[in-house]
Amino acid sequence: MNKTDVLIIGAGPTGLFCAHQLGIIGLSCEIVDNLDKAGGQCIELYPDKPIYDIPALHECTGEELTNNLLQQIKPFKVKFHLNERVEELKKVEDRWHVKTNGKKEFNVASIVIAGGVGSFEPRKFPVKESEKFEGTSLFYSIKDKTIFKDKTISIFGGGDSALDWAIELSNNSKVNLIHRREGFSGAESSVQKVKELHEQGKLNLYTKYQIDSLVGDKKIEEVKIKNDDGEIKDIKTEYVLGFFGLIMQLGPILDWGLNINKKTVQVNTENFETNINGIFAIGDICSYPGKLRLILSGFHEGALAARGCFKYAKPDEKLRFEFTTTSKAAQERLGVKK
Amino acid sequence: MAKITYNTHDDKTHTIDVQKGLSVMEGAVQNDIPGIDADCGGGMACATCHVYVNEEWLDKLPAKEDGEEDMLDMAYEPKNNSRLSCQLIVSDELDGLIVNIPSEQS
Repeated sequence: MNKTDVLIIGAGPTGLFCAHQLGIIGLSCEIVDNLDKAGGQCIELYPDKPIYDIPALHECTGEELTNNLLQQIKPFKVKFHLNERVEELKKVEDRWHVKTNGKKEFNVASIVIAGGVGSFEPRKFPVKESEKFEGTSLFYSIKDKTIFKDKTISIFGGGDSALDWAIELSNNSKVNLIHRREGFSGAESSVQKVKELHEQGKLNLYTKYQIDSLVGDKKIEEVKIKNDDGEIKDIKTEYVLGFFGLIMQLGPILDWGLNINKKTVQVNTENFETNINGIFAIGDICSYPGKLRLILSGFHEGALAARGCFKYAKPDEKLRFEFTTTSKAAQERLGVKK
Repeated sequence: MAKITYNTHDDKTHTIDVQKGLSVMEGAVQNDIPGIDADCGGGMACATCHVYVNEEWLDKLPAKEDGEEDMLDMAYEPKNNSRLSCQLIVSDELDGLIVNIPSEQS
């Protein structure tokens, strides 16, 4: 059981800055995120794209912003639990017990949900029968590529994951790459490589085709693909891979009894607490009159939520307002006291 | 104001006066029309405001940026008449536009 003052759900910019604000006022926290790295949407959706509205940073990328925030919270030695999704929540006396899908347990005084628009999960095929093959002959990510050796694999998608795996697997497998249009969104060099492999007969390329249906009993035997004119092709295949990026799902948080409206959690604007005492929500996931879905709003919300957490973590103490410029305590916590 | 018609997957038709300058996505969200999620809030980063545009409107809409086409690769059952409704900005030219909302966004 990990015991700490506050559990932050979500390692995006809002969650990271909230950790900073907690650290400044002397509270400990740990962060859980379903992705394998910190940064949230900034890292997953636009690591290289510029952002122009972070105060005092005239331009930075999602990755730079994340790295800067990680640097800023370094003094607080915040513990991250990545690849973990929160599942269960239980009130035990005046504390919260939280469990993740990876069976990690937390005992905390309060919880800050900074979950963006939910946790990232792979987008799936629209055909119903895909579910029954998932995990055996149909995958949305690759953990062990050796199972594909000398097999026939049909890969769907046009982004970097689809292209990279098509190239990689074409070394030891028979690869079909299927994409809905002529153009690809992946890196130009990978697109060229795929076209070369196609010309050399080392990879079959089907553009302007999408999945129609899957055929097979326990394992996939055949995938049917169709083009815009409704023409259907049958491809014998042993494995099917889909790379359609990630989608955000609110997941188990929906069952926590929070006031949820249109996939957002309602909060007050005094300290961003939800309808449940001790549970706060900040960033894209919270809603209140006038809410702007900007990173800078998330920073403000995190600063206030952190102070809202104080009375739960230290019920017998009073929080005094201080500036980091002059507060000895804050500077000690930052490790910068001269 | 421009009239935008949203056909939802339950075979209902919603015709709404949407303020010029808003996106077709915002028109749907502000009027509680079901089936448009718009997870990213209109940033062309998620493909959950996907709509099918009625054929006769296809040529009258502003062309897709590369980023929109890339995101549509991720959409649920994209077709030739697929657009992201966050990229369709309401103007006099769009008065009468008809869009069809897919059965799912993810």
